[in-house]
Amino acid sequence: MPHFRQNRLCLREYFNMFNEEENRDTFDIQISVSDPEKVGDGMNAYMVYKVLTKTSLSIFSRDEVCVKRRFSDFLGLHSKLASKYMHMGYIVPPAPEKSIVGMTKVKVGKEDLSSVEFVEKRRSALERYLLRTVKHPALLKDPDVLQFLESSELPRAVSTQALSGAGILRMVNKAADAVNKMTIKMNESDAWFEEKQQQFENLDVQLRKLHASVESLVCHRKELSVNTASFAKSAAMLGNSEDHTALSRALSQLAEVEEKIDQLHQDQACADFYLISELLGDYVRLITAVKGVFDQRMKTWAKCQDAQVMLQRKREAEAKLQHANKPDKLQQAKDEIREWEGKVQQGERDFEQISKNIRREVGRFEKDRVKDFRVVIIKYLESLVHTQQQMIKYWEAFLPEAKAIA
Amino acid sequence: MQLLVHSVSVDLNNDASLVIDIPDALCERDKVKFTVHTKTTLSSFQKPEYSVQRQHEDFIWLHDTIVETEEYAGLIIPPAPPKPDFEGPREKMHKLGEGESSMTKEEYAKMKQELEKTVQVHEVFLQRLSSHPMFRKDRNFQIFLEYDQDLTVRRKNAKEMFGGFFKNMVKSADEVLISGVKEVDEFFEQEKNFLLDYSSKIKDATAKAEKMTRSHKNVADDYNHISGALNNTAADNNTAFKKHLEKCAEVFEKLRKVEDRMASDQELKLTELLRYYTRDIQAAKDLLYRRARALADYENSNKALDKARLKGKDVAQAEENQKQCLQKFDKLSESGKKELTSFKARRVVAFRKNLIEMTELEIKHAKNSVSLLQGSIEILKSN
Repeated sequence: MPHFRQNRLCLREYFNMFNEEENRDTFDIQISVSDPEKVGDGMNAYMVYKVLTKTSLSIFSRDEVCVKRRFSDFLGLHSKLASKYMHMGYIVPPAPEKSIVGMTKVKVGKEDLSSVEFVEKRRSALERYLLRTVKHPALLKDPDVLQFLESSELPRAVSTQALSGAGILRMVNKAADAVNKMTIKMNESDAWFEEKQQQFENLDVQLRKLHASVESLVCHRKELSVNTASFAKSAAMLGNSEDHTALSRALSQLAEVEEKIDQLHQDQACADFYLISELLGDYVRLITAVKGVFDQRMKTWAKCQDAQVMLQRKREAEAKLQHANKPDKLQQAKDEIREWEGKVQQGERDFEQISKNIRREVGRFEKDRVKDFRVVIIKYLESLVHTQQQMIKYWEAFLPEAKAIA
Repeated sequence: MQLLVHSVSVDLNNDASLVIDIPDALCERDKVKFTVHTKTTLSSFQKPEYSVQRQHEDFIWLHDTIVETEEYAGLIIPPAPPKPDFEGPREKMHKLGEGESSMTKEEYAKMKQELEKTVQVHEVFLQRLSSHPMFRKDRNFQIFLEYDQDLTVRRKNAKEMFGGFFKNMVKSADEVLISGVKEVDEFFEQEKNFLLDYSSKIKDATAKAEKMTRSHKNVADDYNHISGALNNTAADNNTAFKKHLEKCAEVFEKLRKVEDRMASDQELKLTELLRYYTRDIQAAKDLLYRRARALADYENSNKALDKARLKGKDVAQAEENQKQCLQKFDKLSESGKKELTSFKARRVVAFRKNLIEMTELEIKHAKNSVSLLQGSIEILKSN
């Protein structure tokens, strides 16, 4: 299926972007997700993907590993990483969305175009997810990540309902709600955080709008393709009906040109989608993860505050007990003070650490973002150039035919 | 508010003795006023040059008087230009007149495109008349070109006289009557079959072309929205990203302009061409219809003559009637053959011209796209 082939071409382009020359010195790992295979039948069926890792990094046991993974395995990985690192302020790349409708069609065995497209879309998303994950220097070294990439057997991820992208989102939102319910608003001593948070709020809104516009473009480009094909058929019929020989031939050739152009539109729609639309979709989800770590910081601060309040209470309690002549209770109070002093210190350390991590993570995110967009835009514009150059070829071939009408 | 558009003439003038064009069109409120410019060396005209203001309804009046003229029954009547279609823009124009709102750049551009289209089709109508040996001598055509006052009064009088009866008849019965006729003439048999088939095919092609053109315009609109969204995103971002986004917004804005132009050129050259010939094919079919009616009339007159001879009453009258019917039928057949032959030639020339122009424009726009895209890629790569 030509449409399918072109997808792969687009994706190889995208995939290569992560392995550009500039990355080579800091980063030597290539990951591909391929060969989706259906396992089982009916509603219990699932897709299995081949995950191939090629690397020269020493943390890996081999320089080339191939494993088979299913979608829930990816979700499981993400859930583990999120629970380990999010509260430390690391931006953990979000896993692709679950789709009941999409998967049901595949399970039921429909070999139609939309199922094929769905599987390809998912395969691509899974690949991007892994690439983003290993780009993160801390996550790359994580044992769960290594196990995911190398281990031939992986324990089944349990209760993937909670582990879905939407599930993680709910977790993040719960943290946000907790923050909003805080009675003592954080006294932001660091303007950087306030500024950045506002920036990310704005960016979220803007990227969603941009994404919506691009989705509209994809949709209209597909319509254009369908309408062009339809016109081509109609022009061919008109050519057959035309009784002037030369004009009849020219109309038939016009129909052929339009058919070729239809194929160009299809390929372009594919580039529109995989290069731009999916990238924007990924970033909208990433921004949610970024907002999540800011909320985690607020949560950490709240915990710190709570500990301080507790400590104060314990001190007050101890002071009262000083004059009460209950030596056991007094000792307990003193112990509790020490405990809470420890917690306050830990809380302050945690807060400092998460703040430091977030600054670093945001810096990295912003650098990557600029690079990602720059590379993708160039690739996209190149795809447009290719389409236009093909158009020129087709129309230049047709021109003498039009002139030959006598 | 007035909007002036200078037309891009689709020149059908092949004879310098009567040259007509529409150099300007004014869009006032919801009326379009065409400037009809005539240059002539014919003695039947009082002056060598005229410039008059005409509205769409004047063109329709002219077309209708020609259709109703018995003398022209054997000719293909050039199809009437369709009413200028401004929908939304018309509303806006109305509001503009009352001092409300203002037109966006896009609405203005769309209006301009519509004006281009309508000028072209009105101009072609007049040029068809001027280039035809019989129509160019038509008295009403001359009045249309010469009369320096408003034609409104004349139009009203004409409506009362003719009532458009003939036109309505033609529309409803032609297919059945034409296919039902027992054709002895090989030429007309072929033409009939060709026209009936071609008519449905070209109607379909027109509809599909319209859909295709509309999709192109949608894609151009999307480029516009993307450009806007990129600019909004650039507005509050750090320097590196900001400049980048602004450059991207610029590229999409330029792409929009090219895509828009491509879409409207395709519409003007392809869709409008197909629309026009759909109407012209109908006009040719109308001619066949009139001839078929004349044949039916002749056959009826034969029957009437036989009956009269049988009864021995009013024979002379019946003979005269039969002679006239035959004359009319022969005249229509002779004229019809010429008209249909030149129609084919005209159609071929028009298709050739438009297909060549469309192709050249497609190539031009695609080359523009390539150079602007490659320029932008260079800039983005160098940053």
